This record gives sequence, C-alpha cells and structure tokens, in this order.
Amino acid sequence: MSTTPHDPAAGSEHGDQHLGTDEELVTSDTMPEEFLPDGGVIETVAVDVADLHPELADAEQVAELVAPDRTIRAKVGEPLLQMQQVTMKFGGLTALDDVTFDIRRGEILGLIGPNGAGKTTCFNTMTGVYRPTTGQVVFDGRPLGRTKRNEITRLGIARTFQNIRLFSDMTALENVVVGTDARHRTSVPGAIFRSRRHRAEERDALDRGMALLEFVGIGRRATQQARNLPYGDQRRLEIARALATEPKLLCLDEPAAGFNPAEKEDLKGLIRKIRDDGYTVLLIEHDMRLVMGVTDRVVVLEFGRKIAEGLPAEVSADPAVIAAYLGVPDDATA
Amino acid sequence: MSTETTSTVAHLGIGDRFRLWWDALARPTQWAVGVPFIVLIALLPIIKPPVLTTVGTDFAGVLAQFGMYALLAIGLNVVVGQAGLLDLGYVGFYAIGAYTVGLLTSPDSPWNQTDSWLSQKWAWLFALPIAIAITAISGLILGSPTLRLRGDYLAIVTLGFGEIVRLLADNLTTITGGGRGLSRIAYPIVGVSESRPTGYFSAGNNQAPITSGVAWFWLSIVLIIVVLLVVGNLQRSRVGRAWVAIREDEDAAEIMGVPTFKFKLWAFLIGASIGGLSGALYAGQVQFVIPTTFNIINSTLFLVAVVLGGQGNKLGVILGAFVIVYLPNFFLGRTELFGIPINGNEIANYKYLFFGLALIVLLIFRPQGLFPARQKLLAYGREVYVAARRAALALTRPTSDETTGGSR
Ligand SMILES: Nc1ncnc2c1ncn2[C@@H]1O[C@H](COP(=O)(O)OP(=O)(O)OP(=O)(O)O)[C@@H](O)[C@H]1O
Ligand SMILES: [Mg+2]
Repeated sequence: MSTTPHDPAAGSEHGDQHLGTDEELVTSDTMPEEFLPDGGVIETVAVDVADLHPELADAEQVAELVAPDRTIRAKVGEPLLQMQQVTMKFGGLTALDDVTFDIRRGEILGLIGPNGAGKTTCFNTMTGVYRPTTGQVVFDGRPLGRTKRNEITRLGIARTFQNIRLFSDMTALENVVVGTDARHRTSVPGAIFRSRRHRAEERDALDRGMALLEFVGIGRRATQQARNLPYGDQRRLEIARALATEPKLLCLDEPAAGFNPAEKEDLKGLIRKIRDDGYTVLLIEHDMRLVMGVTDRVVVLEFGRKIAEGLPAEVSADPAVIAAYLGVPDDATA
Repeated sequence: MSTETTSTVAHLGIGDRFRLWWDALARPTQWAVGVPFIVLIALLPIIKPPVLTTVGTDFAGVLAQFGMYALLAIGLNVVVGQAGLLDLGYVGFYAIGAYTVGLLTSPDSPWNQTDSWLSQKWAWLFALPIAIAITAISGLILGSPTLRLRGDYLAIVTLGFGEIVRLLADNLTTITGGGRGLSRIAYPIVGVSESRPTGYFSAGNNQAPITSGVAWFWLSIVLIIVVLLVVGNLQRSRVGRAWVAIREDEDAAEIMGVPTFKFKLWAFLIGASIGGLSGALYAGQVQFVIPTTFNIINSTLFLVAVVLGGQGNKLGVILGAFVIVYLPNFFLGRTELFGIPINGNEIANYKYLFFGLALIVLLIFRPQGLFPARQKLLAYGREVYVAARRAALALTRPTSDETTGGSR
C-alpha cells in the first residue's frame, strides 16, 4: 500500500507467518508414479545430493564451496561495521537513541534486549530499509549514506527476517539461487541469447545453491516449494539464501524463534560453522542460553539505548542488564 | 505478497500434470509429438473441422485474431503473471504498435513514408521493427515514473495510460484521422500471382486454401514460437527469477540484492514490445485502424485471457486467449448446436457478461487459473529433478519418517 520505494513495513514483523507445516508433507505419503518429481511440481520427495554431486556428500568440501571468496578491507578483529551515533525516530517514537558499536570481522556479535528495544530497527538501518535520522552506518570503511538496499546487499550485508520472508512459490533451490544472483551480472540480452556468461553463472548458481542447501542441512529439500517446507527448514533456507549473496556480514534476526531445544542446539552448531567458514555474524536472539553459548561479544539495547557491551559473561553479570532484561521472565521463547 | 493459499501437496494443476507427462518424454518423442501438433493447429483453417469451424465469421480470420491475442497474452503475462505488476492499460501498447505502422504507411497519414524511404513492397516489414522499438520506448516512458508505485496505484496509472493513448488517437485528427482512422495500411506483399494479384497477406485475398486469414495465422504462429523461446529463456535466468521474487515479495527481493526497479522496467519494456508486435500484425492484417478497437474493455479482455489461462503459465495464457477470441465467434451466426436450436448471435452479444461471470466463478473456485503450472526458473534445474526422480524411484514408496524430515 505504500507509494514510496522504501516500504516501512519491509523489515517489520507484521508479515504473514510461515506457510508450511509438517502435517502437510505427511498427507502425501501415497505417491503414485505420476507424482514423481519434475519441472517444479510440488514435490515431496527428497533429493539425494550425493547422487547429484559426489562431493556434496563430504561436509568439508561443502564448507569449502560455501566459503566466501571476496576481498574484505577490514582485517580479522578490526571493525567491519560501525554504528556511529545512530538515532532512528518514527514520528515521536525514538526506536534507536544514539547507538554506537562496532562489529569486528570474524566475530559472532550478539544483539539482545527486551521486546521493542530496537534490535530489528538496528538491522533495518544497517540494511538500508530505514535511513538513520541522525548518525551513520559505516561498512568496511564506507559510509552507507543513501546507498540502495540491493547495493548494500552487494556490498556485503545479508540478513534473515524475524518473520520468515521466503519466495514461497519458488523451490528451496530457486530461493537460494536468487541469493547467488546478487553476485551475477546477466541481464536481459545475455539471458535471451544464452550468452557464455549466462551459462557459466547458471552452472555456478546450481552448484553453489546445492552446496549451500547442504551446508545448512536441507539439501534433500532442494526441489520442494518453500511454502511446503517444515518451519525449521524454512528458517534454515533463509540463512542459506542470505549466505548465497556472499556477504561479509550475516545478520540473523531471531533465527531460533519457535525452535525446540534440540533444534536450537543444531542451530548453534550451524552458526559456529558459518563463522568458522569465514563469515562475520550479527545475531539477534531472545534465548539467553543460545546467546551466551555462541557469541563472542554481546551488545544490549533497552528502549533504543545501548546499555551494555562486552563479553557474554561480563554482560550477564551487569546489574543494569539484569534489571532490564535478565530479570524479566523471558516470555518470547516460552 | 501472494494471496494464493489453496496449494496442497498432492494437488496438481492440469498444467502441471501436462508438463509432468511432457517432461517425461524423451527429446525425440517431444519433437515427434510437438511438431505434428503445431502443424495440425496450423492446418485447422484449411481442414475446417465440422462443429469447430465458425459459421458467422471467417474461421481463418478468427484464428488469425487468436494468434494476435495469444501474443498479447504472452506479453501481458510477462508483466502481470511473472513480475506481478498489474497493468490495466496494456491495450495502449497494442494501439501504439498498430498506429505506428498506420502512421508510417497509410496514405491518410501526414507522416506516411511509403513514397520516400519505405518501399511500397517492404513497407510493412520495415515498419514492424520501428513499431516494436517505439512501443518499447513508450513502455520505458510509462514505466520510469510509475513503477515506483505499487499495487492498486500502478493499476490506476496504467489504466489512465491506456485511455490517454486512445484519446490521443481519437483527437489528434490531423495526424491520426481521429474517429475515421487510418486506412490502406501496408501489408507484406508476398506470393503475387494471377489469382492473388495482391499477394497472400492482402485483406482482399480470399482464394482458398491459403486465404489472407490463413497467411496471417501462420505468420502469428511463427512469431508466437519465437516469442515463447525468448520469454522461456528469460524465465529460466536471473531475469525470470528476479521477476518472480518481485511478485512474491518485492522488499525481500530488494534486500536479497535484486535491483527491483531495473527488472520491473525490463518487464514493462518486454511486455510492451510484444504488445507492439501484436499491434503491428493487427494493422497489417486489417489494413485499417480506428481508436475504438483500443478501448479499455479490450484491455480488460487481455487480462481475462491471462487470468483464465493461469497467470505465469505461458502456454496456459495462449489457451486463455483462444477462449476469449474463439468462444464468442463460435456462437456468432449459429442457429443450432447438436440439433438444439440456439440464438448464437444473442449469446455472442453477451460475451462480456459471460466472461465477467466466468471470471468471478474462477476467482472464487480456482484463483490460480484454468491451467496453473509452476514456472521453472533454473536453466540447468533439470538435473536436480532427475536426481530427485532417481531418489523417488529408489524409495518407490516413501515412508512417513522420510517425509517428516528424518535423516537421509
Ligand atoms: N516502521 C515503524 N514505524 C513506527 N514504529 C516502529 C516501526 N518499526 C519499529 N517501530 C517501533 O520501534 C520500536 C523498536 O522496534 P523493533 O522492532 O526494533 O524492536 P525489537 O527489539 O526487534 O523487538 P522484538 O524483540 O519484539 O523483535 C518498537 O516500539 C516499534 O513499535
Ligand atoms: Mg525484532
């Protein structure tokens, strides 16, 4: 309903919920021959990735394929992204109030705070969904200013959404390939005449796409429509799609929302694996155990203000944080 | 955001079923089935099958019109079905294509060029690429400011565009001839002979078997195949994926690195060019253009073809175009059907009512269209599906722990 190119709802959490459930998949346990997968029919069958590409069976090779291959100006440990006195106002409401912190290359930074503290807004100012009212975001030495959202992605910031926003009509693989397309250059003439570059990029998209799906653990779901994936796999697919843009910085907005403890444990492993593969991760999460277990440093927001920053152990001992956050029963994850 | 919620796992649309069957065939078999099928379609106006052949109007002429509408439906489908941009003024591009040919080649037009650099014989053929280029440019001109709007706003602005084009044609009397239109428009002069002094494509050619309608029908079949190849290549590329991503969730697409504005503009430009191509064909076939052909109701009719056929499915929208062109003509002039007396003319007169009702019923019970089919978006996706098929065959009957997400 918006007339501006920057829909204020873009990063908000009021979209529709995920569409698929496990039950839906079970209903199709009778599968006559004619339902065999092809050409994007709503398949329920699993792809054997090793059959497709022998090297996809080897986790190390997969990680190799997925690892980013780009020059980053910041050295490991140096600030990759800097929030510099960022203030974000919506009318009378100040969602971010003079927030300053750095994300260092190679770390997993946790961003925590009670509901409505401004965490998602923080993401939105980094990814260009909102422009800060005052202050600026500097990414890898370059102020983002009025850079377009798709260009920011190509500069190297990728994100997932608090409410899942997949392209629900596309298959899992196609969703990821849209991510890889961010690094591709084929446009209309190249596609019409099937140029050499187009063919090379399509190959690359398929190979990297399958590797990414396998990396996040849903390779066998490649041919299923995103809307039909189980909830947890949809969250993983969002991560794979974001990684496909070859980001320097990956921002995860409550990736564990709605997960059971076992799934959270898996996710912890995945986030570590992503970092070990050479990515820098910014993690918004409500589950304190997950945050404390996986992050290197933590930034705490409350009412749009940064109230603490430091190692997870320091932060969880900080009286201000305990008062603001840890003391409050955590209903969001209940 | 997608409003479709009816999809279930085991439910397959006709389009999907058809493609399953089609994809299962080997390449040579596909040729062996496809080519004779197209030839059969092409021969319809010569075979003139009983019942199917229209009685009130020239059957070949109806099929030629279907060919042009099929092109329109394919072009509009790029914009509406693939990129999800509701364009209610698509008829404007059809008009610009037709009027460009008319203005360049009609003796009534002050801009007639057939005496100077356009040779009489090749005038239509030379005017064709110009018509396509001018329509493409008009698509850019309309798109650059309006594609920043979304949804309903875009629909309203494009609706206005369609009307503006028609009103210009109606009111710029000194150039377009106003309501009198432009007559004696050039057409390709091919196959001049004793019995056909003006060639196959002349509107005056009613020498069976290859009448003017048949010639234009065949030409449009060739163009449809070319356009389908182009659009198919686009669909299975970065461009097609960008369009679907924009249709599904424009903001998410932008944040995933899709230059949404650029690709929306491309969708408009490609849709417009195809509309212009169809308009140029139309101008050559009837050799006469008047503004009333390009009114809003026709624009809506094109949209009906797309919605009826199944948005996004390029073969489906061709069938949609067939339905809207053929059905009214089928009834026209018919006094009995299978021995039952009917008043065909009355039925044909109420075509808008019937299409309107059909559309409402369709949107309630089958919002995905008559022939829904999901588009393939990967150039080399086939091998993934082949792997999936092998996995499926290995399992023969998947157990429930497989489908609920057990380990592989
Ligand atoms: N587009 C907007 N217009 C107006 N107010 C907004 C907008 N986006 C966010 N806000 C407000 O800004 C504040 C911070 O919201 P934000 O979504 O960043 O919180 P959060 O920390 O992500 O919370 P949660 O844990 O619930 O996700 C809230 O009060 C919210 O209502
Ligand atoms: Mg949030």
